[in-house]
Amino acid sequence: MKTIPEIEAQFIDDFNQLENWEEKYDYLIELGDSLPEMPAELKTADNLVKGCQSSVWFATRCEDGRLFIEADSDSLIIKGIVAILVQLLSGQPSSDIAHADLTMFETLGLWRHLSSQRSNGVTAMMAHLKQSAATCQIN
Amino acid sequence: MTKSISSARADFPILNQLVNDHPLVYLDNAATAQKPRSVIDSLVHYYEFDNANIHRGNHTLAIRATEAHEAARSTIAGFINAQYAHEIVFTRGTTESINLVAYSFGEAFVKAGDEIIVTELEHHSNYVPWFLLCKRKGATFRVVPFDQDGELDLEVFKSMLSEKTRLVAVNHVSNSLGTVNPISEIIQLAHQAGVPVLVDAAQSVQHLDHDVQALDADFYAFSGHKIYGPTGVGVLYGKEKWLEEMPPFLSGGEMIENVTCDKVTFNTLPFKFEAGTPDVSGPIGLAAAIDYLIQFDPAELKDYETDLLNYGLELLSDIPDLTIYGNPKHRSSILPFNVAGIQHYDMGVLLDNYGIAVRTGQHCTQPVMDALGITGTVRASLALYNTREDIDALVNGIKRVQRLFRRKS
Repeated sequence: MKTIPEIEAQFIDDFNQLENWEEKYDYLIELGDSLPEMPAELKTADNLVKGCQSSVWFATRCEDGRLFIEADSDSLIIKGIVAILVQLLSGQPSSDIAHADLTMFETLGLWRHLSSQRSNGVTAMMAHLKQSAATCQIN
Repeated sequence: MTKSISSARADFPILNQLVNDHPLVYLDNAATAQKPRSVIDSLVHYYEFDNANIHRGNHTLAIRATEAHEAARSTIAGFINAQYAHEIVFTRGTTESINLVAYSFGEAFVKAGDEIIVTELEHHSNYVPWFLLCKRKGATFRVVPFDQDGELDLEVFKSMLSEKTRLVAVNHVSNSLGTVNPISEIIQLAHQAGVPVLVDAAQSVQHLDHDVQALDADFYAFSGHKIYGPTGVGVLYGKEKWLEEMPPFLSGGEMIENVTCDKVTFNTLPFKFEAGTPDVSGPIGLAAAIDYLIQFDPAELKDYETDLLNYGLELLSDIPDLTIYGNPKHRSSILPFNVAGIQHYDMGVLLDNYGIAVRTGQHCTQPVMDALGITGTVRASLALYNTREDIDALVNGIKRVQRLFRRKS
């Protein structure tokens, strides 16, 4: 399995190859479409990320120190972002997730609204996932 | 000689820029309006020449700053036709103005078993302070609902008014639907029952009639930044008789007359409610904004803004899969909508790529969104410098976003 920085570098490369913002959003929405459907029963209040303008759900389960993530959002853009996070983080060792320092959202200069708004953000999503990672131990 | 509305746009330097390689189309005016050059200049002038702490300085700058600050109070009093300048209390904004009344009026006049009436159309800032006041005092919090068109149910309102009612708090214009509420009628009905009324004028003072004596409003609150003035200054108008009877909200310097170890007496109005060094420049900038606004003929301005809103409603309603929320008899400056299959957040983010600034989400009116059964809306909101070209750009932007999403489905 590739490491988080390796997958992130691949994403940065992929997005940089796209010509304009429309294509980048196209790709982002495609990524969201490819996200496995999240069962409705997992969309609980506990799994809802607090402090987002759109609804974002993360359900996590821990298997031998690795965190597996299912996710969804009612916004197609955020669903794309969520899909990126799932590809980056799901199945990774929880200690790697706890220490992950994602830079791609700033590096790409896209989705500035995601990092600058207090009410919506990768920061809130990452905090939510890191909290789950912190309780995920190797058996 | 009145100023022509078509000349307004050139007075706002910020509008002349590219955003994401497109000319800026600013349609987030209900959140904050842009500032004309004269307002910006007034602030620069104040800091370049007059800056000083006010009211007790004896040097020239202190006197100039005090005079400018108090002249601003008179300008604002004149603008809303307050009987006295000392009925104008400066705050940080509408929210603080309402909180001031909720605490101070609440302290003096609200007790267990009393009732406060608000409406389902209120912004959280005219809802939560009253909700919390009722919790503190053991009073009952009553909410007038709105119907499918976005109009308040006045029959329910009438039935709620009783000898237990201590205050009615209502907006003149809803920030999420744009409904113009029948504020005169509401005030009359309340007064017939002997109940004072606080008017949240944050979304109306810049667009509609704002004569507090003609309305007979007991309290009237608005923000500087939505009426082309600076951010961080607001106004609370209160009838003298209420302000006299209300205890101070914040305490400290400025608001006292005499302090000994066993007794404190308070300064006169409005200073009783203005503890601490005030925002000296904010009201000066706000007065400059009012001086700017009153150059236009009010009737012409109202016609222009109504025409622009109707143009927007007409064009938006022609877009397939687009829903406009509310259908009130009178609407002011707000275009709330959603497009099927495109979440409001996504629409806002994508419109921004075309240089179009709108707001998305709940607009601090969760009760409105819950009543409509939606998670939020896209809200385009207009100001006097907006044009039909801005509306055209919005409509084109929405259609382009629709095409982008259609390719995906």
